[in-house]
Amino acid sequence: MSIAAEEQQASHEHSHGAPSGLKRWLYTTNHKDIGSLYLLFSLLMFLTGGAMAMVIRAELFQPGMQLVDPHFFNQMTTVHGLVMVFGAVMPAFTGLANWMIPMMIGAPDMALPRMNNWSFWILPFAFAILLMSLFMEGGGPAFGWTFYAPLSTTYSNDNTALFVFAVHIMGISSIMGAINVIVTIVNMRAPGMTWMKLPLFVWTWLITAFLLIAVMPVLAGAVTMVLTDKYFGTSFFDAAGGGDPVMFQHIFWFFGHPEVYIMILPAFGIISTIVPTFSRKKLFGYASMVYATSSIALLSFVVWAHHMFTTGMPLAGELFFMYATMLISVPTGVKVFNWVATMWRGAISFEIPMMFAIAFIVLFTLGGFSGLMLAITPADFQYHDTYFVVAHFHYVLVTGAVFSIMAAAYYWLPKWTGNMYSEKLAQWHFWMSLISVNVLFFPMHFVGLAGMPRRIPDYALQFADFNAIISVGGFVFGLSQLLFVAVVFKCIRGGESVPNKVWDGAEGLEWEVASPAPYHTFSKPPKVD
Amino acid sequence: MHLSKLQVFVYSLFFSVSAIASDYNLRQGVTDVSHEVYELHMTIFLICCVIGVIVFSVMFWALIHHRKSKGVEPAQFHESTKVEIFWTAVPFLILVVMAIPATKTLIAMEDTSKSDLTIKVTGSQWKWHYEYMGHDVDFFSVLSTPREQIQNLEAKQEHYLLEVDKPLVIPTDRKVRFLLTSDDVIHSWWVPDFAVKKDANPGFINEAWTRVNEEGIYRGQCAELCGKDHGFMPVVVDARNPEEFDVWLAQAKQAKQQAAAAEAASASATLSKDELMAEGERVYMAYCAACHQPTGMGLPGVFPAMKGSPVVKGELNAHIDILINGRPGTAMQAFGKQLTLTEIAGVITYKRNSWGNDTGEVIQPGQIQAFIDATEEKE
Repeated sequence: MSIAAEEQQASHEHSHGAPSGLKRWLYTTNHKDIGSLYLLFSLLMFLTGGAMAMVIRAELFQPGMQLVDPHFFNQMTTVHGLVMVFGAVMPAFTGLANWMIPMMIGAPDMALPRMNNWSFWILPFAFAILLMSLFMEGGGPAFGWTFYAPLSTTYSNDNTALFVFAVHIMGISSIMGAINVIVTIVNMRAPGMTWMKLPLFVWTWLITAFLLIAVMPVLAGAVTMVLTDKYFGTSFFDAAGGGDPVMFQHIFWFFGHPEVYIMILPAFGIISTIVPTFSRKKLFGYASMVYATSSIALLSFVVWAHHMFTTGMPLAGELFFMYATMLISVPTGVKVFNWVATMWRGAISFEIPMMFAIAFIVLFTLGGFSGLMLAITPADFQYHDTYFVVAHFHYVLVTGAVFSIMAAAYYWLPKWTGNMYSEKLAQWHFWMSLISVNVLFFPMHFVGLAGMPRRIPDYALQFADFNAIISVGGFVFGLSQLLFVAVVFKCIRGGESVPNKVWDGAEGLEWEVASPAPYHTFSKPPKVD
Repeated sequence: MHLSKLQVFVYSLFFSVSAIASDYNLRQGVTDVSHEVYELHMTIFLICCVIGVIVFSVMFWALIHHRKSKGVEPAQFHESTKVEIFWTAVPFLILVVMAIPATKTLIAMEDTSKSDLTIKVTGSQWKWHYEYMGHDVDFFSVLSTPREQIQNLEAKQEHYLLEVDKPLVIPTDRKVRFLLTSDDVIHSWWVPDFAVKKDANPGFINEAWTRVNEEGIYRGQCAELCGKDHGFMPVVVDARNPEEFDVWLAQAKQAKQQAAAAEAASASATLSKDELMAEGERVYMAYCAACHQPTGMGLPGVFPAMKGSPVVKGELNAHIDILINGRPGTAMQAFGKQLTLTEIAGVITYKRNSWGNDTGEVIQPGQIQAFIDATEEKE
């Protein structure tokens, strides 16, 4: 509590709070402002990508072509994927990192505040370019978010150039964000905040940042080769000139698989923060969680080709990638077991962040199980590129990553705004989302197993009933997210005031500062015992 | 005995559930490999179910009994190396057990040696081409579902989107090897009942094989996003017993020779403009309309329009050249080997006299033959 008092005093002395107007947001170097910008941008992109998913589900509601033509359908699946991955999930985690990491380690701000401003403000331009390409002649990217050559090179229209440029900007933004996170965590921890005292969210983000720095340049290389293949006569991915289209997939997935963990490791950190709070019990195995996260990150570099079992790999390659992929389920299992052991004999209560965290544990684990099934190469030949895969990655990304972001938002929103969210609206949001998301994604397992390929705008009649159900689930899930928007804006505008320590079981430095968190916190580093 | 009754109950429940579920589960298929794959799938699925039930039972027990509202005091225990080692080692051992049968099946699936028949499968936007190696039989296999059904103007039939004009015919009880490649983008040839899914990569050849145990028609689809009509590129395989297959193969060979003779004869035939236009419209709708659209308007920025096109309205030989040899570096395929002289003459005539392209030109099969002869001479 004494720290909070000091904080308030400190901010009085300096008396520079937030400047007002548009310039505040354009020029800001404040980690809380930039965190808010990231989070609001991500929410906007979540709704944009969601709207595209609604188009997809509306077309797939019944067999036959009804609303859009196949070419536009492909644009929707492609841009939905790109917007959700690079626009919604990744910026949301960066926003949470900006807000929480300095407050969790007792630092006054991020280490590189001007770069922080820059890394956010180039993002809207990247997505403006990407989204505007939908309106150019011939439409936007229609080659899937994985942009396999030669569909994205020889056989695409000029949207490829805009797509490549947009991805470059997103990549630069991510790399700068990651550098900032690493420099901040390494250099700006409060005295006494030793490595093994770091909150798990900070740990998982540190590891994520290293993954980002390792693989975003690989993505940049892949898109650059696509660009030069299309416009400058190179043949990286064209056999006629000595290249290889399968090499594209190796390069892409060398980025793509660590990317999957970039989108889930911070989620693990969030869940490891929330579960102990509402179980009122310490995390069962802190050290093993850190080691498990590191193992997952390391293994994520040697499993990429499990996305490519059908491309025609040598047997030895298939066996290696099958074993390595199966192995990754061991540290992931350790995480789930630790969360359950943390709850065991705790004193559990069911506030909304905890509800999302519990839903995360169950549903992410389901996604993990289908991932384990996909690892079995002979079975993968049947699952690959079907709705079974679509079900799998939506379980880990929507009920995994997105649910963890929701959990984090509910958990820290009172700290950010000083107001408690509307419990009633939040309950509606949670239950509507939980039920509809399963109506949406669970039947996809069945249509996938029954043989429905992904990325098709029309389908054989035996898939019709399930697709209608899936679409209804999709519409309800999409609309339910408007409740979340309502909760957030209502909470920003007002509500019941909360104490500094919003949750009685919470631990960590962020709960020692005032609520709402003052514009500047920890100008003097706290002492951590 | 109480236990046996329970067992009977459990087993009957299990079987009735699995019977209902068979429409929504992986197919067992019609090959030894597909059966093995199904077994692997069910084994790993059941392992996941058991782990899931155990973990979630413990969790929900805690959620119900260890809640604050019951007034419980939280325990303080944490960190236990023994427990951590336990729950690292046990899943590891389960995985080892799972990896053994998976490895065996995988090795069998990748053994393409000692095949009885080799078929080259070539994907292109958006059709399959099958070539029986060493038998001088080859043909294209194209979606046969009428456009009207796709656009909801007619009732959809049983095999909607999973039907083709000419299915691939293979013998049962023979090891058939597939060589897969592509003429343009990456496609993936998939027949769920065989547990065969393999990418067709342009410029490279992949191998796969199957040995079908039961006669029948088996349906699959292209599994890799390959552009606009990726969803309209089915695979249909007609597996017949070896005797019937041999008869079919002999007939196919004969039909091919007759077609070649007819093709040679057609070069000297003269058709009326109406005949050519009718033939041309049929060919255009079957081969061209997917990209250039039935209206001839194309998709701006993606596929050029035929209406008012400088190629279509321009010099005749340049038009024929693009149709026969394609345009490298674009989605325009070489149709010279896919269409007969009459078909090419028809579709050229049709394009040059439709949608306001009033050239009035009538192109005869002989002119196409003359163009081909001239290019061959040049080479």
